[in-house]
Parts: sequence; C-alpha cells; structure tokens
Amino acid sequence: MRVSSSGYRASLKTEAKTEPTRLTIHELVDAYRAGDTTPTAATEAYLARIAAHDEKIGAFLTVTRDEALSEARVSDERYRKGMPRGPLDGVPVALKDVFCTRRVRTTCGSKILSTFVPPYDATVVTRLRDAGAVVLGKTNMDEFAMGSSTEHSAFKPTHNPWDLARVPGGSSGGSAAAVAGDLAAAALGTDTGGSVRQPAAFCGVVGLKPTYGRVSRYGLIAFASSLDQVGPFTRDVQDCALVLEAIAGRDTNDSTSVDEPVPHYAAALTGNVRGLKIGVPKEYFTPGMDTDVERSVRDAIGVLEKLGATTQEISLPMTDYGIAVYYIIAPAEASSNLARYDGVKYGLRTPGARDLIDMMSRTRAAGFGAEVKRRIMLGTYALSAGYYDAYYGRAQKVRTLVRRDFERAFARVDVIVAPTTPGVSFKHGEKEDPIAMYLNDVFTVGGNLAGLPAVSVRCGFSAAGLPVGLQVIGRAFDESRVLRVAHAYEQATSWLDRRPQLR
Amino acid sequence: MVKPGLADAATMNYEVVIGLEVHAQLLTRSKMFCGCPTTFGAAPNTQTCPVCLGMPGVLPVINRRAIEFGVKTALAFGCRVNAACRFARKHYYYPDMPKNFQISQYEEPLAEEGWLDIDVAGRMKRIGIQRLHLEEDVGKLVHEGTLETAQASLVDYNRAGVPLMETVSKPEIGSPEEAAIYLKAFRAVLVYLGVCDGDMEKGSLRCDANISLRERGAKELGTKVEIKNLNSFRNVQHALEFEVRRQARALDAGEPIVQETRLWDADHGSTRSMRSKEFAHDYRYFPEPDLVPLELEQSFIAEARAGLPELPRAQRQRFVSQYGLPPYDADVLTQSRALAEYFEAAVRAFPNAKVVSNWVMSELLRVLPGDDETAIRETRITPSRLAGLLKLVDDGTISGKIAKDVFEKMLRSGDDAASIVEREGLTQVADTGALERIVDEVLAANPKPVDDFKKGKDAAKGALVGLVMKATQGKANPGLVNRILEQKLSKR
Repeated sequence: MRVSSSGYRASLKTEAKTEPTRLTIHELVDAYRAGDTTPTAATEAYLARIAAHDEKIGAFLTVTRDEALSEARVSDERYRKGMPRGPLDGVPVALKDVFCTRRVRTTCGSKILSTFVPPYDATVVTRLRDAGAVVLGKTNMDEFAMGSSTEHSAFKPTHNPWDLARVPGGSSGGSAAAVAGDLAAAALGTDTGGSVRQPAAFCGVVGLKPTYGRVSRYGLIAFASSLDQVGPFTRDVQDCALVLEAIAGRDTNDSTSVDEPVPHYAAALTGNVRGLKIGVPKEYFTPGMDTDVERSVRDAIGVLEKLGATTQEISLPMTDYGIAVYYIIAPAEASSNLARYDGVKYGLRTPGARDLIDMMSRTRAAGFGAEVKRRIMLGTYALSAGYYDAYYGRAQKVRTLVRRDFERAFARVDVIVAPTTPGVSFKHGEKEDPIAMYLNDVFTVGGNLAGLPAVSVRCGFSAAGLPVGLQVIGRAFDESRVLRVAHAYEQATSWLDRRPQLR
Repeated sequence: MVKPGLADAATMNYEVVIGLEVHAQLLTRSKMFCGCPTTFGAAPNTQTCPVCLGMPGVLPVINRRAIEFGVKTALAFGCRVNAACRFARKHYYYPDMPKNFQISQYEEPLAEEGWLDIDVAGRMKRIGIQRLHLEEDVGKLVHEGTLETAQASLVDYNRAGVPLMETVSKPEIGSPEEAAIYLKAFRAVLVYLGVCDGDMEKGSLRCDANISLRERGAKELGTKVEIKNLNSFRNVQHALEFEVRRQARALDAGEPIVQETRLWDADHGSTRSMRSKEFAHDYRYFPEPDLVPLELEQSFIAEARAGLPELPRAQRQRFVSQYGLPPYDADVLTQSRALAEYFEAAVRAFPNAKVVSNWVMSELLRVLPGDDETAIRETRITPSRLAGLLKLVDDGTISGKIAKDVFEKMLRSGDDAASIVEREGLTQVADTGALERIVDEVLAANPKPVDDFKKGKDAAKGALVGLVMKATQGKANPGLVNRILEQKLSKR
C-alpha cells in the first residue's frame, strides 16, 4: 500500500526541495503551500530536466521557456500573498501540439502547419491558464493525431522513457512520454480512438478519455469531430481528477459540449469499491493477445474483487466491428476537417504552381504525410456519391449497435474493466503495416464510438519491464465512478513506485 | 447565335418549366456561426474571426436569430417547419470558402412544402415551395484584372459566414415573365418580414434558375439546365427568355439538350456553358458533426407565427377592398411595410384614403424611395403631419397648390403645416370684399383678355383667374375668384 496521498508527507519535504519534478500535482501544490518549493523553482527544475533528457525522449516540439518562467513568477506571487487559484496553481504542464495556443506555434505534428501560429487559445488552454497552470510547451504527436506510435510526426519520433528503443504509443505520445519521463507534472492529449489511453498504457501513466461532450473541443485541431475528446495524462488518479475538474464543463463555443454539472472529482476518490458491479467483457481477452497483458489485467481484476467489488463476465458482441466502423467514420470526418489546409490562408504554401488548383494540390501533396493522405483518401471515398450508404451510412448504423452493446452492459454492471491494449509498447519501425497499427485500438475505439468515459492506469509490467494498462470504462458522465475504481486499485497496489531510469 | 428580343414561333410548341432557387442574406446583426458583424461594405477582412476564417480548431455555434428568421419565412410561405433539422457539410474546393466546405442543410432542412401565390395577368397562381434551408455565405474574390488574365486574386472574408436562406421553388413556373413575378413577390415577402433587405445589386438576394422545355401535353419533364448569375429581376427574365429560345430551337432541330450549368452574360445577352453534368461536383454531404441536431420547440415556432405581419399580397387586396383604392395605388403603397404602415397611419388621422394615397404617391415618394424603410420611418413629414396638412386643404385654409409648397417647407424645417401657414401668412384670401377689389384692379389693368372674353373666348377667363391668383400670391380661394370674376364680367 502506498501512503495516503491526502495530506503532505514529511518524507516529501526533501524531495520537494531537491527534485520537485518527482512529485505529483497534489504533492507539489502542498509543497508550494508549505513553502518548501515555489512554482518558479519547480518550473526551472522541469525546464532543466527537459534540457537534459528531451533530446533522448523527443517529447516536446516547442518549449515555451520564457512564458513558462514568467507565468511561474506570477504564480509565486499568488502563493506569497496566500491567494493561490486552486489545486493547479503553479503546476507545470505540457500540451499536445493539437491545441491552439495564442502566439505559440501549433503544428499538429504536420509539415502543412509547421509555420502556423494561432491567434487564439483553445478553451482547455484558457481553463488551465485560469487555474494558474504553467505551460512548459507543446508536445509531439502523430500527424493530425492519426497514429498509435508517434512515429507519424512530421518532425521527429518520440521515445518511450521505459525503453528508448520503443514507441510511447500515440497519437498523444509526446504528452504521455513527458509525464512518464518527469518532463511535466501533467499533460493534455486527445483521444479519438485511444490516443490518450493507449500511450498512457505504453508509458505507464494515468490517461483519461472523458465522456464525449464533457470537455470542450474548441481550439483542438479536429481529426474526427464526433469522436475527438480532450483528456489528461497524470502520474496518479488523484491528479487526473484535479485536471479533469479544471477543464470539464459546458463551453458556449462548442455546441457539442454538454451542460452537465462538473462534480468535485477528487472527492469521489474514497477508495471504496465494495459492492460495485464490475463487468469483464469476454471479447476483450483475445487469443492473440500478449500473455503479460492478460495476466496483469486478470490480477488487477482479482485485486478489485478483494476490495469488495463483484465481477461478472459480460459480452460486447459488436467489439469485432469496432475497428472497421472507426476506420470509416474517423477518416470520413477527417477528409472533411482537413480540407481547409490548402495553402490559401495559413501554413504551408508550395511555390511554383500554375494555377489555383495546382497550388492547392502541390501544397497538400507536400504538406501531408503518407498516413494522413491514406486516411483522407479513405474518407473521401467513404463519403462519395454512390458509396455513402454502403460505407458512411452503414458505419453510422453499426456505431449505434456498438453504443447499444454498452447500454445493455451498463444495465447490469457499474463499470467495465478490460485491458487498454492487446500488447505492450513495441519497437520503432516494428509495425509498418497500417492494419497492424490500427489493431492497437481494438479495445479503445468502443469507448469513442459510444462516447463513454474510460481511464487507463498502470497495472503491472511485462517480462521486459514495460508497463501494462488497465482500462476502466464507465457510463456517460460517470467519470467519478471510473476514477474511484482506478484510484482504489492504484491505492491497493504499489506499481507507481517504479520509475523509468533516464541517464 | 440566337438574337434576343425576337419573337419566336418555335417556342409556341413547347411548355416551359421553370424552378427558382433564391438565396437571401438574412438581416441578422451577427454571422451564422460566429459573433462577427454582417455590415456591408467594411474594409476587407475586418469583419472576421478565427471561426469565419476557418482556422484550425474552431467550431460553429448556430445563430438563434437566423433560425427565427428562417422559421418566420417558412411560416409566411405556409411551409411545414421540421421539429428537428440538421446542418450538413457540403464540400468543394474554392478559396472564397475558408473551410473548403460550406455548412448547409441537406437531408433534413429547416422547412418543406409551402407555396407563394402570385398574380399573373390578373389571375392568382400558386407556386409550390419545395424546401427552405439555412447555410453560410462564402467570401468574395477580387481579381487583379479580369478573371482570365489576373496574375493574382485576393480574398475578402467579410461576407464569409453571413447567414443565407435558400428557398427552392417547385418546377411550377410557366414562363420567364412568371419567374420575374415570382421573384418580385418573393422579395416583397422577405422585405415585409424584415428578414432580408432584398437588394439584388448588393447581392443580398441572388437567384439561380432551372429551366426545361417539353412538348405541350407531355408528361415527362425535359432535360433541365441550370442558369446562374441572375442578379436582377430583368436578368432573370431576359436570361430565361434567351434560354427558352435556345432550347426550343435546339429541340426543333432535333438536337438534345445537355444537362449543364450555364452562366448568364448580361453584356452579351446570352447564356454560355459553365460546366456539364460530368463535371458536376460530388459535394460529399454528411451531417455536420460539430453541431447537434436542431430541435425547435413548439413555443418557438408559435412565437414566430404570432409575430408574422400581414403579407404584401393580402395587404394589397385589403387596401383595394377596405379603402376602395385602385389596384395600382394598392401596389405602390404596399411596396414596403413601412410605406403601407405610413399610409394607414395617415388615413387614420385623415380618413380620405384616395386623397392620402395621391399625396403619398405624388409628393412623399418624390422625395424618398418607397422601399427605404428607414427613410420612411424617419421622415420629418410623419403620417400625422401629412394628415394635418391635408386637413388645412380640406377646410379651405390653404389651396392645394400652396399645400405643395408647405409640404416642401415641412420637409426642410421639420415644422408642422399649421405653424408654417400661420407664420408665413399663407392662409387663403377668402374675404369677398378684399377679393372684389383685387378683381376690379385686375380687370381694369387687363382690357385685352376682358375684350377677348366678351368676344366669346372662354379661355380668356382662365387667364384672368391666373392673374388674380398671381396678384394674391396664390392665396386666393380659386372657387371664390371664379365666382366673383363671372359676376363682374357679366356686368360689363
């Protein structure tokens, strides 16, 4: 058992002074309040660590050093006056480069936006800033969030802090690696088919995909609008609750954000799961899956049972169709969302064109990578006259069936527990076949298609010492319960004590 | 080359089938999906924000007012307003459209199945309306030189995102003239509702037409051709007239009509092919995932219905029946809601409708345009002041001629008629004694007309009346002058 995270432990006093980058958000903020360290000291420590280690990891595309330090100084002042803004004040965070940041280059991992500097902040960025968080910089990602390894970034690959030869997962690989490598106290990512949960599993951190509509998408560069959702990466579940609370809630700029009250998520972390009904979907334990993953997840289910939860096998029969449906709907929406990158208004424009259409074609040919082009073509095809009904129309119908699968399951159980991914982190270049890459998402796309909240927490290690992720899926807007289960599990085990060794 | 303006026997063999698609810019203060202003004529790209510029990461938010205007219009046309409707993305690449897709409506429009009654040669004809939907306008391209030779083109996105309402008629319009009548009647309704300024020159109202010909009595529709760029009533009619002749001649010659989009060239008075069916866009419509389906509450629709004004055609008919006005007067007076309201307010204060109508048509409309709602609502000659002026004529205080001068003075000074007449001593000379003296003087000083009159020239009397009026600076009561003159002349 870990020591209770509520309350500031005396043993952390030294760590706060010498290595503030090792602390969770709640520990760090306690240290700020106790005067053991300051936002500026912590920000400097993070910047130093980025300078020392990010060349190896490649988590950041842009480090906003000066802005971070000036924000930290303002935060120092608030603590000095005894008026911090709340549980994120002075906390150094990283943002996936998919979020628009005013006056800070935002590339979405693409050459076509390599020079794009947004004139506005995404709503989640505004909310984090309003909460006093200090933005360290923008993190690497698969181009336009299309990928599961961060190898499809137009700029550089990101390396898994647990094994630099391996991928951090994707598409939010930079954010996951930054938190795992202690290069940021927390980070934001986006999850369209698993892009927060899968890298969280690969990097052994907590990664939450909230309910669709829980967090505003305004200012998040769209990949697939009906699936995209913003989610936090943190060291532990309590931090996850704190970040979620800060970013969740209705935004008048996003018509799909829902006007549901935002609960005090951290208060839901009681450690008590007694009597909770947990469903274990049989389709999420496939014959071909990694045995280390299966063993770790089964053990984790055993831990939850010991804590007093009851488990039962359930069936989500549409699971097999999830990937197929996802790879129609997501590319279809992407082909539309990415139509605006044409060299006319911002970003890349390829010179030497004969005429307008030639300029647009050349710009898009030069500006998009192979995976993005593949998906634009897939999606364009799926929406074309004569094919719409057979592809996009049919996929939407199956999506409804996927949603019903979950509805039926949640009539019987409170949460669903399953592996986040079928395997652990793989080596760079190992999965060159796009289909093999797509199959990484097999256990995560269901949550996106049904719009449900799901978190990934560390639940063990493979024989090679790579983290394994346990996924907890809940009913719509039931993040509190999802986090309570994950937190109870985390508190009952000691997996978080292990840290990646960076030299 | 087919020459326009020539009567063509060939057209007699065919029935013309026309449908119109009208795009109307809605008079909302802000754009369809963002808060930018919609004011016309601002410096390029000053009325833009990340949303209407289609920046990465932006999301649309529906303008409630635009929905309200759409619903009002739909109700005015008797359409069924759908309880739930959806926006959809329509894709094609063009730089005036920042996202390279337009947020429009496709399978689930705002409203369907309505009609517009028009008057064709004194008879009412009902034209069906298929659908009415909302969408966003695109920006404007400015070419350096002509489109063909320009070395560069600039884009102004001020117009991008302005709310547009598209209304598609059924193919029930039977002639180019009918098309122009339909468009005028359509425009009048929109202007009455206050949802569109109807200015075709500025592009607030735009029209595309679909036209096909079929042999008289045939059941199947012929191959249709779409004509774009019809930016005035006259262009609509001329382009369709041209197209009727072109298609009729082709059919007579046994040539097939090609399904295509043609562009009207007003300078050459002809249409030319823009793109054929093979090159038609595949718009790849799909439901806009950034907007939730729009569900309209019954109370919202009921409120819009309650706020509907009397529509121009009904009002025109009422002006004829209630006030006994000639149809021509009713037409003129109902060219805008403000003018009709002005007329009715004036009639309430001075209950002689024909007199009021005459004054509004000949005097008020001489100084301001009848469709300029603001000018009419803000004119210094308010309905009650016009009525005040007409009362002075009616009770003989001033003559009709003086009244016209007073009208001018009211316009300039902003004073009411009574104070102007009082201040400037314009009251008619109705004092018989005083007038008799003046008549005597005039007769004494002008022996020639007196002589002419005696010789039987009746016209000479008119000249004498004029001289008396002149001597009184127009203030004399003309009837009284006539009577006195007759008495005096008969005594001579």
